[in-house]
Amino acid sequence: MSAETTHETTTHEDAYAQSRDTTEGKVFTVTGGDWDTVVGGHDPISDERLVVNMGPQHPSTHGVLRLVVEMEGETVRELRPVVGYLHTGIEKNTEFRTWTQGTTFVTRADYLAPIFNETAYCLAVEKLLGVEVPERATVIRVIMMELNRIASHLVGLATTGMELGALSMMIYGFRDREYILDIFELASGLRMNMAYVRPGGLAQDLPDEAITKIREFLAYMPGCLKDYDRLLTGNAIWQDRTQGVAYLDVSGCLALGVTGPVLRAAGLPWDLRKTMPYCGYETYDFEVPTHTGADAWGRYLCRLEEMRQSLRIVEQALDRLEPGPTMVEDKKIAWPAQLSVGGDGMGNSLSHVRRIMGQSMESLIHHFKLVTEGFRVPAGQVYVPIEAPRGELGVHLVSDGGTRPYRMHMREPSFINLQAVPAVAEGGLLADVIVGGASLDPVMGGCDR
Amino acid sequence: MKNDDKGLFGVRGTGDTSGFGGLVRSRPLAAVVPTPPPYGGYFDEVVETLTDLVDPESVHAVVVDRGELTIHVDRDHIAQVCRAMRDDEGLRFELCNSVSGVDYPDQEARFHVVYQLTSMTYRRTVRLEVSVSLADPHVPSVTEVYPTADWQERETYDMFGVVFDGHPNLTRILMPDDWEGYPQRKDYPLGGIPVEYKNDAEIAPPDERRAYK
Repeated sequence: MSAETTHETTTHEDAYAQSRDTTEGKVFTVTGGDWDTVVGGHDPISDERLVVNMGPQHPSTHGVLRLVVEMEGETVRELRPVVGYLHTGIEKNTEFRTWTQGTTFVTRADYLAPIFNETAYCLAVEKLLGVEVPERATVIRVIMMELNRIASHLVGLATTGMELGALSMMIYGFRDREYILDIFELASGLRMNMAYVRPGGLAQDLPDEAITKIREFLAYMPGCLKDYDRLLTGNAIWQDRTQGVAYLDVSGCLALGVTGPVLRAAGLPWDLRKTMPYCGYETYDFEVPTHTGADAWGRYLCRLEEMRQSLRIVEQALDRLEPGPTMVEDKKIAWPAQLSVGGDGMGNSLSHVRRIMGQSMESLIHHFKLVTEGFRVPAGQVYVPIEAPRGELGVHLVSDGGTRPYRMHMREPSFINLQAVPAVAEGGLLADVIVGGASLDPVMGGCDR
Repeated sequence: MKNDDKGLFGVRGTGDTSGFGGLVRSRPLAAVVPTPPPYGGYFDEVVETLTDLVDPESVHAVVVDRGELTIHVDRDHIAQVCRAMRDDEGLRFELCNSVSGVDYPDQEARFHVVYQLTSMTYRRTVRLEVSVSLADPHVPSVTEVYPTADWQERETYDMFGVVFDGHPNLTRILMPDDWEGYPQRKDYPLGGIPVEYKNDAEIAPPDERRAYK
């Protein structure tokens, strides 16, 4: 305060506050001298660092993620993510269940992309078994995966919007995701964690109503995407909050193992659907959107465009859907039940129960053994990677020749990508930590498994 | 699987209740069975390039199964092998997809650490495998070559107790810091952990809440 009064009373020759005349008027430059001592005298801890703990219960950390942030003023000097709050031992649990029951566990890992977890796991089991699933099952898997990708990106967009204060985006994102969950419910009986994809094919065929509903969705969704575009892309606040924020270039992504939209937003068009195709993706006509910004803005644009491309894939897949089986022919692998919707939900059809209980003892024994004990899988190990909404989802599966997985490990993109949070956030502002974390779009259920 | 494993819902032994596929279970995981060359596809090229670059003792065995190449590497040479795999122009495995562990209690070196590598340049994948014993569970860390291995090595340490020498911060990552034991080991039972609440309240573990026998 005393310094200020000094500067007001001194003339233009003052050593501490020199002045010069500009077109805007007189400008004072207040630097040098003993200013640091003066400020330090008032606030002795001005250069001290402050450790701030964010989470694990925090509305902006995208789940039960804890961030320990070392702050210097408003600037993040060091950041350490702490994970594990949602560890449920999915990998260990599958070792104690049959191969088929494994799908009901893996589907709960990344709960926003259940179909991807199931498909990656089932592709791995099928690779170990050496079986080929019927064409219709593969096409339905593709349809479900791409719908799931849209649903997942919608939640990613919605929660990012919420965390940045764009609450209307949250409402629209969750509203339109509900449409997709309705389709999942029509197809499988469940909105989330459906265990719809099974080793050897699918739990059941896609009903006609679901196909009608998907067609309606294909007509409905492009308008919504246009709305999001109009709501956010031109929005000055959205641009300011995301452009140039949370920068991570290609070499940074590769070193940290970051894949998915984050890598593509850095400019590398690495999409396993194109580069190492599975489920017949090489036969679909779609593009891999990329951006060169390597920032949160580029990731947003990539995700938006990926949703459009997913719609294209779903449309093509619906057109090539031919009637046929959705489970392998081999009765030693195919789930014996014939599911149908009953008065109390989904279950075995009455005709199937009547047949195994009243007409065929062998069918009953077969059903009982396959359901309680499960099928055997030849010994060996495989690693199957697929392109999940957040990046590469890989399943490393080891069999000892028994009826249960010997070891199942999920290479979860959320887990790997979260390693990049310090890289994108350190040196930036605290507010940008939120943007950086949200732009990586981690799902803690997948991260912690 | 060890026969003294104890599982959820009182499952003992193999859990094979019906003898569906014969009562005797084979133990095919007791040893690594190498594949004789040629391996086919790009596998020969990868193995040749690698063996030219590194100490010949560093490659123990090469296994080709279900179209996937597994190179069993000597544990002391794993960081060197990874560096060669990443840097050599003919190999260029830029991305380390996954690092995880597998426990084979029937083998002398029971803990296997599995590295999945991808070459984006050549669109190739390869798996490196290192095995260590319970008495000496040390593996050199590859975090210097692949920084992405950081958390994955921590997870492998957390789950199997494999110690990665040279890792910048080898602590538990998924389990609580004060956890005892390594949950993914085969002799670590499933279940048996009560649910803890504040004020010393707890709920019995799921496998002890009801009797299914």
